Amino acid sequence: MRYIDEFRDGAIARRLADQIAKEARGGRRYRLMEFCGGHTHALWRYGIVEMLPPEVEMIHGPGCPVCVLPIGRLEQAMTLARHPSVTLCTFGDLMRVPARDRRSLLQAKSEGADIRMVYGSGDALAFARDNPAREVVFFAIGFETTTPATAVVVKRASELGLGNFSVFCNHVLTPSAIAAILGSPDVREGRIKVDGFVGPGHVSTIIGTAPYEPFARDHGKPVVVSGFEPLDLMQSILMLVRQLNEGRHDVENQYARAVVRDGNARAIAVTREVFELRDSFEWRGLGTLSRSALRLREEFSAWDAERKWSIPYEPVPDHRSCACGEILRGQRRPTDCKIFGTACTPESPVGSCMVSPEGSCAAYYAYGRLRKKSEVEA
Amino acid sequence: MASKWGRKLDVENGRVDMSHGSGGRAMAQLVDEVFVAAFDNPLLAQRNDQALFDVPAGRMVMTTDGYVVSPIFFPGGDIGSLAVHGTINDVAMAGARPLYLSASFILEEGFPLSDLRRVVASMAKASRDAGVPIVTGDTKVVERGKADGVFISTTGVGIVPPRVVGPSGDRAAPGDVVLVSGTVGDHGVAIMSSREGLTFETTITSDTAALHRIVARMVETVPDVRVLRDPTRGGLSATLNEIAAQSGVGMRLVEKAIPIREEVVAACELLGIDPLHLASEGRLIAICAPDDAERLLSVMRADPLGKDAAVIGNVVADARRFVQIETTFGGTRILDWLVGESLPRIC
Repeated sequence: MRYIDEFRDGAIARRLADQIAKEARGGRRYRLMEFCGGHTHALWRYGIVEMLPPEVEMIHGPGCPVCVLPIGRLEQAMTLARHPSVTLCTFGDLMRVPARDRRSLLQAKSEGADIRMVYGSGDALAFARDNPAREVVFFAIGFETTTPATAVVVKRASELGLGNFSVFCNHVLTPSAIAAILGSPDVREGRIKVDGFVGPGHVSTIIGTAPYEPFARDHGKPVVVSGFEPLDLMQSILMLVRQLNEGRHDVENQYARAVVRDGNARAIAVTREVFELRDSFEWRGLGTLSRSALRLREEFSAWDAERKWSIPYEPVPDHRSCACGEILRGQRRPTDCKIFGTACTPESPVGSCMVSPEGSCAAYYAYGRLRKKSEVEA
Repeated sequence: MASKWGRKLDVENGRVDMSHGSGGRAMAQLVDEVFVAAFDNPLLAQRNDQALFDVPAGRMVMTTDGYVVSPIFFPGGDIGSLAVHGTINDVAMAGARPLYLSASFILEEGFPLSDLRRVVASMAKASRDAGVPIVTGDTKVVERGKADGVFISTTGVGIVPPRVVGPSGDRAAPGDVVLVSGTVGDHGVAIMSSREGLTFETTITSDTAALHRIVARMVETVPDVRVLRDPTRGGLSATLNEIAAQSGVGMRLVEKAIPIREEVVAACELLGIDPLHLASEGRLIAICAPDDAERLLSVMRADPLGKDAAVIGNVVADARRFVQIETTFGGTRILDWLVGESLPRIC
């Protein structure tokens, strides 16, 4: 298929892998964090991890919106969903994430809560217009990629004066998460070494590449904003290796077919119009980070589910055996978790990283099991 | 217009009401004017609560399936044709010749009679085209909100020809060859493209079809086909994982050998879905001994429903029962079961 096959060409991939191996010179390591869960999956799905030389190590970052949503926020959504007048509209990924006592929205739905799976914010708005007797709440999550779509429906609801629609906003910011990782004691004190970042290309279609420039400069870490096809990732890895070899720490744009330095001005404008920074927000794994998430501005408060409904936030600790937090911080790998693949599987997940199609544990489970000692006799 | 029930059922504008399931005259009239008229066969016309028929000596198969697809009309088919094809196919996957079907309808109060007639006409056509009559049935009506329009259950019986060894999911052995009869995932994309909240433009139509004729030719040519199964819910991936688990083997597939329409690939890219998880309703997977593969492939390709048939991989010994796939990119990955339910009510 055009525009797809070109980026999945196995022969070019092998040439790129050879080039990476040639340039990743012995004697030093290249520890690269791919921030985005979509990248983690592509690395595993296409077997890129196996094609890289031992000097290049990929560290999986926290860029999975479902994974970083803390249980406390899910509990708030459950509370909303149990309200008899409320229809909660949510993305399919969120339905199976275990909250307190490993209960999920899917279970709440089976017990009678009115929860509907939608494919986008527009579906939730349309449902509210078609069902004026229901209080429709859109469970909004995601990094900057999905935020403008939520902003647009809030604006539209306000233009329509739609009183039965509101948004439970959980939009979070990529630069804040990267700053939190770089500023964490583990990284500052050298327990986790990150030499460079593969930047999330979809986020940069909105925010551009400029927001990474301060990190690259202040922390001396190169960033290459990357597309999601396997050849995109391999090229980005090669670009990072070259920067590190040359002692550079620039922000480079591999995903030039979709990303420009200053991003999408209209998307940024509508986001700013509707949302403002929260003082603080809890992230699973990363803790409570200041100015790391968005909420609706005062003038749109009528469409803010948190203001409209009484759903006080109460932090809930992760399951005690679950290592999602450490995995999201890049401290441990999914296979280091003692319940990985045993008590915690995609069918019966304990932590969010096993549920989301972008979660590291789900990627290891789906694709990584093969990499264990092979028992196959072909 | 008059009928033996007095006023003829207003199929154009009428709707199912509770009296249509009450056991009274209204129900008898609905059965008579909608179902018996359309399905039109001597056994049903006897109007008994069961069908009585002779069967040849030998092995019989029996299967049952419920149909709740949403929407009930979709590009290339509807719940009625699906309910006939799906059950015929389940009988056929035992290597059997389907003989008879039953059909049970759960109707929601308020369901338009015109839609019911359309569904029933489609079932009748599918059954006639397949030569497998619907010989007994049942109708129930539930209050509005207790069902969704119409749900159909069909049961099928058939006989396995004497020469046929009997394909079964536990008979795949290392070295066997895995074949598929055509492009996979068409039905899944056809349903998704017409799903509320997800409408997108596609020329893809459902592949829903009765496979018993192609199966008859396949088992005639290769009486010891090890496994036959139609990759419906969960797609090729779930079906092969089921077989791997039943037979205690692994599989190794070649991605570029699997026939998939470009439009299906495109829709899946857009939606972030793996086409190998998407249902087909008129395709089958066959597993046979290596020596039989070439003959089986040529007999499949000679049938219109198998013109795109292909060898897609092999059965391997693997204690972990992994279905692996060699990607076009050059690596190997596990083809796993679909987790959760990305697309409910596909059939």
